[in-house]
Amino acid sequence: MLFIKCPYCGERDESEFHYGGEADISRPEEPSKLKDIEWGNYLFMKKNTKGIFSEIWSHSSGCRKWFRVDRNTVTNDIIRVYEINK
Amino acid sequence: MKKFSALSILTEGLSGNKGWKPHWQSVDPKSQYEVVIIGGGGHGLATAYYLAKNHNITNVAVLEKNWIGSGNTGRNTTIVRSNYLLNESSRLYEHSLKLWEGLSKELNYNVMFSQRGVLNLAHSLQEIRDSKRRVFANKLNKIDAEWLDSNSVKKYCKIINTSKDSRYPILGATLQRRAGTARHDAVAWGFARAASNLGVDICENCEVTGLQIEKNKIVSINTTKGNINTKKIGIVVAGHGSVLARMAGIKLPLETHTLQALVSEPIKPILDCVVMSNAVHVYVSQSDKGELVIGAGIDSTNSYQQRGNFSIISGQMGSLLELFPIFSKLKMLRTWGGIVDVSPDASPIIGETPVKGVFFNGGWGTGGFKATPGSGWVFAHTIANNFPHKLADPFSLNRFYKGKLIDEHGAAAVAH
Ligand SMILES: Cc1cc2nc3c(=O)[nH]c(=O)nc-3n(C[C@H](O)[C@H](O)[C@H](O)COP(=O)(O)OP(=O)(O)OC[C@H]3O[C@@H](n4cnc5c(N)ncnc54)[C@H](O)[C@@H]3O)c2cc1C
Ligand SMILES: [Zn+2]
Repeated sequence: MLFIKCPYCGERDESEFHYGGEADISRPEEPSKLKDIEWGNYLFMKKNTKGIFSEIWSHSSGCRKWFRVDRNTVTNDIIRVYEINK
Repeated sequence: MKKFSALSILTEGLSGNKGWKPHWQSVDPKSQYEVVIIGGGGHGLATAYYLAKNHNITNVAVLEKNWIGSGNTGRNTTIVRSNYLLNESSRLYEHSLKLWEGLSKELNYNVMFSQRGVLNLAHSLQEIRDSKRRVFANKLNKIDAEWLDSNSVKKYCKIINTSKDSRYPILGATLQRRAGTARHDAVAWGFARAASNLGVDICENCEVTGLQIEKNKIVSINTTKGNINTKKIGIVVAGHGSVLARMAGIKLPLETHTLQALVSEPIKPILDCVVMSNAVHVYVSQSDKGELVIGAGIDSTNSYQQRGNFSIISGQMGSLLELFPIFSKLKMLRTWGGIVDVSPDASPIIGETPVKGVFFNGGWGTGGFKATPGSGWVFAHTIANNFPHKLADPFSLNRFYKGKLIDEHGAAAVAH
């Protein structure tokens, strides 16, 4: 079980949170202009990092805000928790 | 290779079992091979076996970073079935199920394939409709499938709780009688032994650390036991697919998650079929040793840790007791995890990649054990001919760029 320090509420048990996966996936500005390969890369392709991975979480049973976590996917150590745009 | 038979067991028994030899030769890799298979799980070993057996390509090495079967092959709950909804998947898994039916004989190795029947329970009106639809679809694909109402479920599996008062009452189930379980280790060992016997090198404790690509072609690979020149490789590393693909600059749509399972203390035979429930999310069977083998879904986070969250285990224990109150006094013995490669449509990725000579087979996620022989069969064909086997063709990596997903997610009940 992870303990995650919500930037707004403080440390809580993982069960209060919802996992959002890889961070920094932004929707293309003009999807209709993309080639199939670019659209496929945006929609489906994943970093799936082994090691330190930037991801997003939501405090779904708490303040319901989204925030970022850098976590080591091999050891489960949480390196950093921070607000979404910082 | 010594052939196993009743006679060999008898004569060995009488002479103190001193004549048995190792089942396969574990060797260091040579500096060159025609084909190198990366990953010594069931799928990699089966690929090597069928390369040799069906395509006469024997200058092959299987490179495994630990010992063979140390990955998901030796960690899974061994459910084998083919009752998938969509044509593409049901054909692939049925091809595999047919191979299972002759596998012990084919390999001269008892993989203990037991066609004890698999029940997929329905707990709501919607699930009844979906399940019946799947039964009809299976029948159209000539796969055995039956719909059982709740009384028939109770008759088929006497200890299950079909009371109408439970929170998620059992309203019926689909039954595939030809489905069942097999002994996972034996599958890895059997394929390793048979492949080794045909001249394949099985190299354990040999980790691939780099892939050398020139002009978009594979030329050699770096391993902890030296470099190997080769023009063709097959990547079959389950949860490590993205790691290997990155070495070749290939993008994949996979995410790696922990999938846990656990076993109870051994008890006398009490459950003679496999029971799976999507709605309460648990599945269970009883091993030949007598342990209940229990599993559920993946841990939510991306993870390369072969160890998961306790919340998943406590959730599945609650579900188990809902279905089988009789198990309430049982003690659980061991829990473990494997790392599975989950694809966006819960279907595997098999075939060529953008890099010439690099073939990929992965994304089997939580349900690839059942596919072991079939996966090896179609992958070997694809590697040997530089062209996808017709059952593998719909599962190409390209489908994510063409929008032709094979969306088994909602379709196939719990995806094991
Ligand atoms: C708990 C659990 C329960 C499951 N239950 C079922 C089930 O009931 N039914 C079902 O059909 N499926 C089930 N599955 C899924 C199934 O186990 C897998 O889909 C299947 O075993 C994958 O086989 P594989 O040979 O591809 O992978 P693996 O057996 O994982 O083999 C891959 C191998 O690659 C090796 N490797 C990785 N990186 C490298 C490298 N750099 N160099 C060399 N070698 C490397 C690994 O050490 C590993 O041995 C379950 C999985 C788990 C974890
Ligand atoms: Zn919060």
